Amino acid sequence: MATPLKQTPLHSVHCAMGAKMVPFGGWEMPVEYVGLIKEHLAVRNAAGLFDVSHMGQIEIAGGDALSAVQRLCTNDAAALNIGQAQYSVLTSDDGTVVDDVLVYMLADGHYMLVVNAGNIEKDYAWIKSHIKDVGDAFAVNTSSRYALIAVQGPKAEHILQTLTEVELNSIAYYAFATGEIAGVRATISRTGYTGEDGFELFVSPQTSATVWDSVLRAGESNGLQPAGLGARDTLRLEASMRLCGQDMDDTSTVLEAGLGWVVGWDKGDFVGKSALIRQRDEGVLRRLVGFELDGRGIARHGYKVYVDHDVIGTVTSGTQTPFLNKAVGMAYVPTKYAKVNSELLIEIRGRRVAAHVVKMPFYKRPTDRKNA
Amino acid sequence: MTYPTDLRYTKDHEWIRLNEQNGHIGITDYAQEQLGDVVYVELPEVGRVFAQGDQFGSVESVKAVSDLYCPVGGEVIEVNTVLETQPELVNKNPHENWMIVVKLTNPDELASLIDADAYASLIG
Repeated sequence: MATPLKQTPLHSVHCAMGAKMVPFGGWEMPVEYVGLIKEHLAVRNAAGLFDVSHMGQIEIAGGDALSAVQRLCTNDAAALNIGQAQYSVLTSDDGTVVDDVLVYMLADGHYMLVVNAGNIEKDYAWIKSHIKDVGDAFAVNTSSRYALIAVQGPKAEHILQTLTEVELNSIAYYAFATGEIAGVRATISRTGYTGEDGFELFVSPQTSATVWDSVLRAGESNGLQPAGLGARDTLRLEASMRLCGQDMDDTSTVLEAGLGWVVGWDKGDFVGKSALIRQRDEGVLRRLVGFELDGRGIARHGYKVYVDHDVIGTVTSGTQTPFLNKAVGMAYVPTKYAKVNSELLIEIRGRRVAAHVVKMPFYKRPTDRKNA
Repeated sequence: MTYPTDLRYTKDHEWIRLNEQNGHIGITDYAQEQLGDVVYVELPEVGRVFAQGDQFGSVESVKAVSDLYCPVGGEVIEVNTVLETQPELVNKNPHENWMIVVKLTNPDELASLIDADAYASLIG
């Protein structure tokens, strides 16, 4: 018997809006409302409104909570102050990826990890098994306590400011504040998965529809558009953000995925550290690169990468990006082919199409915008 | 959406509009709706000959790719090159924006296609 799909607190709101619903990571989620390209462009040019309540939250608390987070995550959580967030990765002993997470420092001795929807149970079990030896720290899966609403795009701050007394301008990138938004208590975080400036609002499931409707109304005259998982995927890919489970998983290490910048080499031990140090010192044999197609076509997940007549890698993500209007993708290739301008061939449905390695990110938001 | 009665349909969601010996071929409104925003249409060269059911090209949206199958056998005598630069026309008006024109090899093959009513009930 198939497991029934989980629904977010905003499920009926999406259905009433006529969203196309699809299964994703065990959840029934809106994939698009009016069309992926329109939604994608709205986020780049104005603002988009996303329900990302499927994301999970695992909180870690106790006198040794910092030591626990340091043991579980690759990045150095000691660098966090209360009110700051950090991108980090959970790795296995061999340095491969369990999940990528955002670590929020809520208070002294209290952290929150935001994890991928499909990994909540796996991560929770993994965290509990690795936290046992740390001392005074415990983990709680608090996913059901939160709805998560993302407002992303250059007009996000302006739109949300009409709904809150909190000085949004004073919240730095990867920082958060608590306060009321549309009369509802929220944690307002300047984070996102689109490559744009924007916010993620943690609210209670009961109040989520109020917040959603208020943002929608406040954004109407500013070009805000509800956006589904389809646009979320093309936006994150255009911004070269990795999708866990697709661009990295238990067969790829943090270093191969190009995330060496989230490894706290100088901090104490963490799960996977010795394997990552070994790989760093010996050199990685393959890397995740970005590529752009020179010929016509669209590269997609699973397509083979060739140099001459040899298969040298596999595409992990690929699409025709709506804003740049280019066919781009990511692929693992041997290090010697990872240099910018390296020539590759992508096999697209029986045809080999020329491509070349480009620097990531494919898209970077204009620097005159907030904290870009 | 009503399905034009002057078209014949396949269960794979292509349509053909017959004009004497020639047929314009495209995909249905249901197909474009399922695909979402079309960003790429790959079509064959003029002169290629296909049998009924052969793959003659593909259509890609941002998120998916779908093969195109010939509703009937025939020789390609025209290709809609406008779709190379404006693939979104497939979404806007799927029953007018044809992809290829074939000269039918065997008009009897039309009998295996379904009419608008049958197609509408097929997709529910």
